[in-house]
Amino acid sequence: MSSTGFNSQNGPGQPYANGPLQNQVVLQPPGPCYNMAHQPPYNPMQAKGPMPPGPGLYNSGPYQPIPPVSSYQASPGQPMLNRPPMGPPHPMTSPQSTSPFPGPEQATPALPVSANSYYQHPPAWQYGALPLMGAPPPIGVPPPMATPPLAFVDNHVTSSPSLAPLQASSAGYSAAPSPVYHNAVQPSGPPLPPTSLHRYTQPGSAPPPMKPVAPPHTYQPGMTAPYGQPPTGPPPSMRPTPPPMGNATPPLPFGPKTDGHIPTPANGAQVPNSFDHLETGPKMAGPPQQPAPPARHMGLSYPSLPPGYQNTSASPMQAQTQPYSHAPQSYQQSSAGPAQLSPSLAGLSLQSQTPETLRVVNLLQERSLLPPGPITPPTPCLPQDLQKINCHPEVFRSTLTSIPQTQSLLNKAKLPLGLLLHPFKDLSQLPVVTSSTIVRCRSCRTYINPFVTFLDQRRWKCNLCYRVNDVPEEFMYNPVTRSYGEPHKRPEVQNATIEFIAPSEYMLRPPQPAVYLFVLDVSHNAVETGYLDVVCHSLLENINALPGDSRTKIGFISFDSTIHFYNLQEGLAQPQMLIVSDIEDIFLPTPDSLLVNLNECKELVQDLLKSLPQMFAKTMETQSALGPALQAAFKLLSPTGGRVSVFQTQLPNLGVGALKSREDPNQRASAKDIPNLSPATDFYKKLALDCSGQQVAVDLFLLSSQYCDLASLACISRYSAGSVYYYSSYQQQHNPAGVECFQKDLKRYLTRKIGLEAVMRIRCTKGLSIHTFHGNFFVRSTDLLSLPNVNPDAGFAVQMSIEENLVDMQSVSFQAALLYTSSKGERRIRVHTMCLPVVNSLSDIFAGADVQAITGLLASMAVDRSVTSSLSDARDAMTNASIDSLTSYRTSVLTIQQPGLLAPACLRLFPLYILALLKQKAFRTGTSTRLDDRVFAMCQLKYQPLAYVMLMIHPALYRVDDLTDEGALNISERAIPQPRVQQLSVEKLSREGAFLMDAGSVIYLWIGRNCNPDFLTQVLGVPDYAAVPQNMNLLPELDTAESQRTRAFVGWLREQRPFFPILHVIRDESPLKASFMQNMIEDRTESALSYYEFLLHVQQQVSK
Amino acid sequence: MEAAVFILSLVDCCALIFLAVYFVITLSDLECDYINARACCSKLNRWVVPELVGQALATVLMLVSLHWFVFLLNLPVAAWNMYRVWKVPMGNMGVFDPTEIHNRGQLKSHMKESMIKLGFHLLCFFIYLYSMILALIND
Repeated sequence: MSSTGFNSQNGPGQPYANGPLQNQVVLQPPGPCYNMAHQPPYNPMQAKGPMPPGPGLYNSGPYQPIPPVSSYQASPGQPMLNRPPMGPPHPMTSPQSTSPFPGPEQATPALPVSANSYYQHPPAWQYGALPLMGAPPPIGVPPPMATPPLAFVDNHVTSSPSLAPLQASSAGYSAAPSPVYHNAVQPSGPPLPPTSLHRYTQPGSAPPPMKPVAPPHTYQPGMTAPYGQPPTGPPPSMRPTPPPMGNATPPLPFGPKTDGHIPTPANGAQVPNSFDHLETGPKMAGPPQQPAPPARHMGLSYPSLPPGYQNTSASPMQAQTQPYSHAPQSYQQSSAGPAQLSPSLAGLSLQSQTPETLRVVNLLQERSLLPPGPITPPTPCLPQDLQKINCHPEVFRSTLTSIPQTQSLLNKAKLPLGLLLHPFKDLSQLPVVTSSTIVRCRSCRTYINPFVTFLDQRRWKCNLCYRVNDVPEEFMYNPVTRSYGEPHKRPEVQNATIEFIAPSEYMLRPPQPAVYLFVLDVSHNAVETGYLDVVCHSLLENINALPGDSRTKIGFISFDSTIHFYNLQEGLAQPQMLIVSDIEDIFLPTPDSLLVNLNECKELVQDLLKSLPQMFAKTMETQSALGPALQAAFKLLSPTGGRVSVFQTQLPNLGVGALKSREDPNQRASAKDIPNLSPATDFYKKLALDCSGQQVAVDLFLLSSQYCDLASLACISRYSAGSVYYYSSYQQQHNPAGVECFQKDLKRYLTRKIGLEAVMRIRCTKGLSIHTFHGNFFVRSTDLLSLPNVNPDAGFAVQMSIEENLVDMQSVSFQAALLYTSSKGERRIRVHTMCLPVVNSLSDIFAGADVQAITGLLASMAVDRSVTSSLSDARDAMTNASIDSLTSYRTSVLTIQQPGLLAPACLRLFPLYILALLKQKAFRTGTSTRLDDRVFAMCQLKYQPLAYVMLMIHPALYRVDDLTDEGALNISERAIPQPRVQQLSVEKLSREGAFLMDAGSVIYLWIGRNCNPDFLTQVLGVPDYAAVPQNMNLLPELDTAESQRTRAFVGWLREQRPFFPILHVIRDESPLKASFMQNMIEDRTESALSYYEFLLHVQQQVSK
Repeated sequence: MEAAVFILSLVDCCALIFLAVYFVITLSDLECDYINARACCSKLNRWVVPELVGQALATVLMLVSLHWFVFLLNLPVAAWNMYRVWKVPMGNMGVFDPTEIHNRGQLKSHMKESMIKLGFHLLCFFIYLYSMILALIND
C-alpha cells in the first residue's frame, strides 16, 4: 500500500492532522470497522481539548513575567465568554455525527514505510540539536508544598521505571472516573488487539470542568509544565486527585487499564466528537473577525483610556464567569490571591483574543495605547489543546502567529515573517529524557514532538516532511505511566520543549571538558582603568562556581606589546610567567602546562589571581597586541575547544589585527550617514571562523573610554558565538556605578550555564525555508548554526520565506534542536517545537501579528541594512515597514474607509515602536552618539533575546512615588507592586512625582523638583530635594513600607534579566538627565519627530 | 591573424565555461550541505580573479581585433566582474563570504549569476567557433 492510502484515510487533501480537520466526516461510509481506521489526526494532544484547561504549560514562575492567563485564553477565543461557567467546554459537538468516520485502513498489513531508506547525511547532520538552558539548578523552584506532587519528578523522566509519584499520578489519570480517555474503545467492545488506536475522546456527557478529578490536571502539571509551577498552592483541581496505585503499576499491555475506565459504548461512539470539537476551535476563531469598531472617541481630545482598556476594568467579572477562566483563577490564587484577579491580567487576556486584535484603532485619536502592564504575545489560533502544549513564546516566537499560505500573500501583508528564539534560556522546569534511541523522522531527522500524527500505534507521521515512520519498540513503553502501548503519552509527545540525553551517536569525539582561558590586557591604559582588580577578585570569588566537572581546565594569557603566558603546572611553587616577544610568529612556550586542571592546580591559580594586579601596576607599556594574543589563545585551545574571555581596554595597535582610529568626533552628531559601521579588516572574522571550527568561542569585554573600533573587534565574538560586553568610560575611581555593573555582569558571566561544542538546527515544515539568520554564530549550512559555546542569555532570530505554497495545510511547525555538551560532559539535545496555523486571508494574518516580535526582527534586519548599505537606508526601511503594512491593512482589510490613521489593535504600537527604533542609540542621527556605543547597541539588538531588546527599544516608565500594594504580585513572600506603565512623554512626568524608567541595561529614577517629601525621606533617605546627591546609585535600605516597596519593585525588575541594570537617581541638574530625556520617545527633539508628527507623516504616506 | 585571435578566444572561453560549471557545482554542493560554507567560499574566492582576468582577456582580444559587436557583448560582463570585486567590503573575505552566503538569499543570487554566466559563455563559445571557422575558411 502506498502512502497515499494514508492520505486518503486522513481525508482528501488534508493529510495533516495537526490542524483542525474539516473534511473528515465526508470521507467514507460507515463501515464495520470504522473506528479503527479513522485514525487520522490521532494526535494525542487533541483529545485534551475538551478538558478544562489545567494548569498550563507555562506558569508564572519567577521567569515568567507574562501572566499565564494569556496562554489559556487562546484560540477558541471569545465565544467562550458567553458560555455558562460550568458547561462542558464544547457543548456544540454532537455525539452522533461521529459514526461516519470509517477507516478501511485497519486491515492493511504492509505499510508503505520503506524500511531502509536511511537517509545519509554528512556528519554534520548528526549534530542536530539544541542549547541547554539551565535544567539542573531549578531557578526559583517553588516552595515544596506549592507544587503538585508531580512537579518534582518530571524533570527527570528516565526510561527506568522508577518514578513512583508519577506513576501514581498517571494511574490517577487513567483510572479517573470521568471517561475522558478511552483506550481503544470500541463500541462493540471486544478487547482490542494492541494495534488498535488509542484515542482520547471528549467526555461525552461533559463532566463538569470543575470536577476535581479531571485527569488532565493531574497529568499536565507534572509532565508538561516545564516552565515552572505556580509559586503557591496547586490549582484547586489538583488537590483531590487520588493516586490509585493499583491500576497502573505493571507495564502491562493495557488490558487492566481499559477495565479501569471502560466507558459505555456510547462513549466509544463519540470518538469523532473530538473532531467536531477540534473543528470548532478554528471555526470560531478562524474566520476573519469583523473588525467591530467599538465606540471610539472621536474628536480631538485624547481619551485617557481607550476602549480596549476600559474593557479591562470590567473583565474580572467576566473572567469569573467564563468556563475557561477558572484556570487563570487558580493561578491567581497561587500567586496573588483571588482578590487580585487583576484587571490587567484579565485585560491582557482579552487583548489576545482575535476580535480584539483586529479592532480598528485610529492612532491619531487614541493616545493611550500602552497597556498598563507587560505586553503579552498573541496566541496562535490553534485548537486549544494544541495551543496548550505549544512552545512558550519566550523561547520560540513568530512574528506572525498565523502563517500566510503563499509568499504572495505574505508580500501583500508587508509584514516580515520570522522566528525569534531564546533556545538556551534558563528554565525552571524542563523534562529530561534518557533513552538509548531518540525517535526521529527517518527522512528529515525531525525529533518526535507533540505535533506529529500517530497513524496507528506503530506508525507516526512527521509533521515537517510528512513521511510515515515506525514507532520503535522501545517507544511503546511509557516510563511515566509505566504502561505499554501508549506512544502518544510519552513525554516527548507531551512537551514542546524537552531535553534528551544523547547517546554516543551524537558525538564526533568524546565530550570536551569545560576549558576557560582568560586573555587580559595589561598595558598601561588597562592598569589605569583598574579593571584587573575586579576581574581577579571576581574570579577568585567564583572559582568554585565555574560550571564544570573534574576535568575543567583553566589558563591565563596577558598581553601588552608582548604576550605573557603563565605556567601553572602542578608541582611548581608559584606561577611562572613566560614572555613571548616575537609577536609576528606566535608560538606556545610550554604547550602542556599552560592550560591546567582547575581542581588539581587551584592553589597556583589562586596565587596567580592574587598577584596579577600588582605585577603590572608599574607598567609603562602602552601598546596592545591583541591580534597575536588571540592567535595564541586559539593555538592553546584548538586541541580541546573551550571559551576565551578577552578583556581589552584600547585600540589594538601592534601586530596582526592592528586597527586605526576611524571615528571623527565631529561627525558624532551628524545627521547624515554614519560611516565605518562595518569592520575595517577581515582578520578578526577569519580568526573567529578558525575558532569556530575548533569549537572555541571568544567573549569580548571592552572597557574603554576611547574609541576601540568595536565594529571590527566584535567580529571575533559574532562569528564564534561569543558575547560582547562593552563598558564605556569604565574607570575604577570615577565611575563606581560602572564598576558595580561590571562586577555583577562578570559574576553572572562566570557562573551561568554553558553549553560547549554546540550546533543548532532549525527545521521547518516543507515549503518554508530560512532566508536570513541573526545572532552570534557561524551558519555552517542552510539550516545549521555552529555554536562553539552557547549561553543562556543568547537570542537568535531567523527570517523565513515561503518557497512553496502551503495549501492543504492547516498548520506548520518549526523545530529548533540544540545539541550541546554540558559542562558536566554530557551530550544533550534540547528540542523546541512550535506549531502555527496557516491562513489564507490578509485579515487573519493581521490578526495574528505579534508587534513586539516584528519590531525585534525589523531591528535586526535594520542592523544588517546599516552595515551592508547605510544607516539612512536602514532608517528609511524601518519607516517604510510601518507605512507599507498600514497601507496594506487599509487597502486590503478595511472594508469601510474612515479618515485618520487606522491600524488593527494588534499593530497599534507598531508606529510607536518604529519611532522608538529610529530614536534608539543604534539608529539615531542628529544626536551625538559615539561610534562604539552605536555599534554596541547594534550588537545587542541582534543577539539579545526579545524581552530585553524591547526594553532597549521602548523603555518602561513607572510612577513610583505612590506605589501601593494594590494589584501587587506576590513572589516568595514579597509583595511586588505593579505600577502602570506610562507613556514616554514629558507630559506624563510631574514635578510632584518620582518616576522610574527601566531601559533594560540601565534604570533611571527621576525625582521631580517638588517631589512628595515623604518619598524623599522614606525611600531616598534625604531630607529634601536639594539633598539628593548627584551620583546616587543605591536605594538606602530604610525600614519603611515605601522603601521596601520601591526596593522590591526595583529588585524584581532586575531579577527578570540576566545582566545587572545600574540604577541612576537623577534630578534636574544631573548630567544623566539628558540620557533620561532622550528616552522620552514620544516627544520632539531638535533632530527627530515627535510621535504625533511621526503619525502624521505615516498617515500622509498611507493615504497617498 | 584573425583565426589566431579566435582560437585564443575559444580556449579562453572554454576555460571560462569550465569555471562557470565549477562555480555552479560548488554552490549546489553548498546548497545540498555536502561541503561547508567556509570550504566552499575559499574554493570559489580563489577563482574569482582568474575568472575576471579570463573575461578581460577575451574582451581585450575582441577590442584589438576590432570586433565591435563581440566586444560590446563582453564588456558588461567584464565590467560586472570588476565591480563585484571592487565593491567587496573591507571586512569581508572576498566576493564569497562564508558568514554572509547563507543570508539574504545570497546563495541563490550567486547561483543565478553563475548560471547566467554559463549561458553567456556558451553563447560566446559558439560565436567564437563560428568566427574561427569563418576566419580559417577565409584564410
